[in-house]
Amino acid sequence: RDSQQADTEHLSRWKKGRGTDSKSLKKALSEVKGLSSYLVLWRHDIHSIEGKFGTGIQSYFSFLRFLVLLNFIIFILMFSFVTFPIIISKYGIFNSTIVYISPKNIEDICTIYEPSGNKGLVYLYAYLKDLLSGTGFLEVTSLFYGYYTIDAVWISIMRYNLPLAYLLATFAYLALSFLWIIKRSMEGFKHNLVRDEDPFQSYCNKVFAGWNFCITDPNAARLKHRILRYELQMDLQEEKLKQRIAERTMQEKLRIYSLRIVINIIVIAILSGCFYSIYRVTVFSQENSNVSIRNDTRTDLANLLVQYLPSIVITLANFIGPLIFSFLIRFEDYTPAFEIKLILLRCVFLRLANIAVLLFSLWSQISDCDTDKCKPCGYNYKLYPCWESDVGQEMYKLMIFDFIVILAVALFMDFPRKLLVTHCTCKLVQWFGLQEFVISDNVLEIIYGQTICWIGTFFSPLLPAIATIKYFIIFYVKKMVLIHTRKPAARPIRASSSNFFFLLVLLIGLLLAFIPLGVSIARIPSSKACGPFRNFNTSWEIIPDTILEFPTGLQQILFGIASKAFAVPVFVI
Amino acid sequence: AYKRFSELLPKEERENACSARVPKSQILTLPELRANPFQDRICHVFSTSDTRDDSMSFEDFLDMLSVFSDSATSDIKSHYAFRIFDFDEDGTLDRNDLEQLVNCLTGQGEESRLSTAEMEQLVQNILEESDIDKDGTINLSEFQHVVSRSPDFARCGALQR
Repeated sequence: RDSQQADTEHLSRWKKGRGTDSKSLKKALSEVKGLSSYLVLWRHDIHSIEGKFGTGIQSYFSFLRFLVLLNFIIFILMFSFVTFPIIISKYGIFNSTIVYISPKNIEDICTIYEPSGNKGLVYLYAYLKDLLSGTGFLEVTSLFYGYYTIDAVWISIMRYNLPLAYLLATFAYLALSFLWIIKRSMEGFKHNLVRDEDPFQSYCNKVFAGWNFCITDPNAARLKHRILRYELQMDLQEEKLKQRIAERTMQEKLRIYSLRIVINIIVIAILSGCFYSIYRVTVFSQENSNVSIRNDTRTDLANLLVQYLPSIVITLANFIGPLIFSFLIRFEDYTPAFEIKLILLRCVFLRLANIAVLLFSLWSQISDCDTDKCKPCGYNYKLYPCWESDVGQEMYKLMIFDFIVILAVALFMDFPRKLLVTHCTCKLVQWFGLQEFVISDNVLEIIYGQTICWIGTFFSPLLPAIATIKYFIIFYVKKMVLIHTRKPAARPIRASSSNFFFLLVLLIGLLLAFIPLGVSIARIPSSKACGPFRNFNTSWEIIPDTILEFPTGLQQILFGIASKAFAVPVFVI
Repeated sequence: AYKRFSELLPKEERENACSARVPKSQILTLPELRANPFQDRICHVFSTSDTRDDSMSFEDFLDMLSVFSDSATSDIKSHYAFRIFDFDEDGTLDRNDLEQLVNCLTGQGEESRLSTAEMEQLVQNILEESDIDKDGTINLSEFQHVVSRSPDFARCGALQR
């Protein structure tokens, strides 16, 4: 009986233990959930911005946070699959060695590539110059494509096919970005649809149900008042404008439409002017930038300027273009909502097309084959023995210059303006006033930077790390600029529609990035003097080659899928 | 809730909280009402004081909280909202009520009001949308009809706990 009692005692204690175990497990889980919400990056900062400036500006900062995370993940992806194996093998960990297969059937002249890593005495400004333009000592580091001149890595007994990993990691980060953006925009899209207002009731809805009774902070209340007033005024204006449009006579319609055609032609002319100047400047810069041997400061500086010329021209175009567009659109007499959308569309097109033109002009230089310049190798081997590194350098320069411009504008335009407005009481300055935080311009800025990062990561695998750090710093810079120098917006914007719009434009940037990468990988012959794809005609060729090494059954399946994969999208479209 | 109510009373009257009345100025120190443009109307509507000084007893306080809570039906909420918006207390929302309502929404102060033309246009639009019998005013049933089709109403009427 005693043993029975001991048994039951033991059993009940065990049961109690299990009961408390599951309870404590639940408690632990909920505590972990609570803690992990604290780990979300910048949660407190974005919350306070939302409270003070409204949800429109808060959506900009959440978007920035999303890009920081995206770039960080892309960097981890590229680093772990591409750079890390090489580092392991360079230090011989796990008995790893590098396999270096010299290219066959290729003329020797194509394989000459001597990047001038720093030899001899190094002056500080040469160091700085190299840092800014990606040449010199930076060119031979793992930052650029040229470093990865390795065909395979043996890690113990496993053969790690680096070229294949490089290409697949590229596809992986593009696919990851694509899927993540779509996922985020799905949430925003559903929200957008649900909030679609019944056009028959919009006024009643705004007036009777406009006030959110949860607001307790007087600042938030003032903001809400402003938002309500602005929305009501905008709706009333749109209604009046629509009435006016409906009452237009035939003569007025003709006048307006012909004016619109003229203005659109002007816009196209301006865009073509930008594109042409970018093309000429890029060609000029590529032809005239050579590494100077003499340590003469003045030629070095001029050389640096010439190298940065495309970036400078692009930034100028990105800055002046929107000003001209917003000036011209006043003559076109659209409703305010449509005006905003059209200006944004034109600005987006301007920024993204500028990058496309830059890349196009680079390629025209690389594949410039008039006078037998590229006969042996398929590309202009004299000027570009390692053309992928050159493209990587251009992207690197664009990114660095973009960063410098953002910092410079914050430092030299916003803060002095604020100082001027607070201390100088002259009427002209007061009328000029503080600047508003224009969300669309800022968002286009960071989307432009992100597109450069996507295109450049194939040519410069460590570029996402630079992008992550850049956006991280930009968050704090913009936050300080917002809090200290911006006046509250007179035209507050609704958040749900803006979120969806940002993601849409980001998606357009990503799809645009597919094109240059596709052309580089599949059409232009890879350089024979550097990089993991020396033994292939183009970078894409490694995939068919690898498939041919699979067993025949698998090959047939893959070919079947490939042909179906062509049929299905065509069918769907 | 009782605790919050008794906090509003001066110290001497705390034990008698069940029967005491809190003056309007104290009620307005509640965080939910502080930033609310309709604070005066809310106090007035829920107050059952005989002296018409808008002071609230504990029952009035409970009434107010229950109407603004999540568990109140939209019927109750719209009924009370109608009473709150009816500034001249004539049982209907006429032009003057609507004008005052819009002014409350857009904020205090001269520069935050709509211009007369805009106000005229807005009031006209509201009446077009909600006045079914075209008598120039909105009565309770028309108001409830309009509000039931409005997606934002349920969200806005709930005070946080």
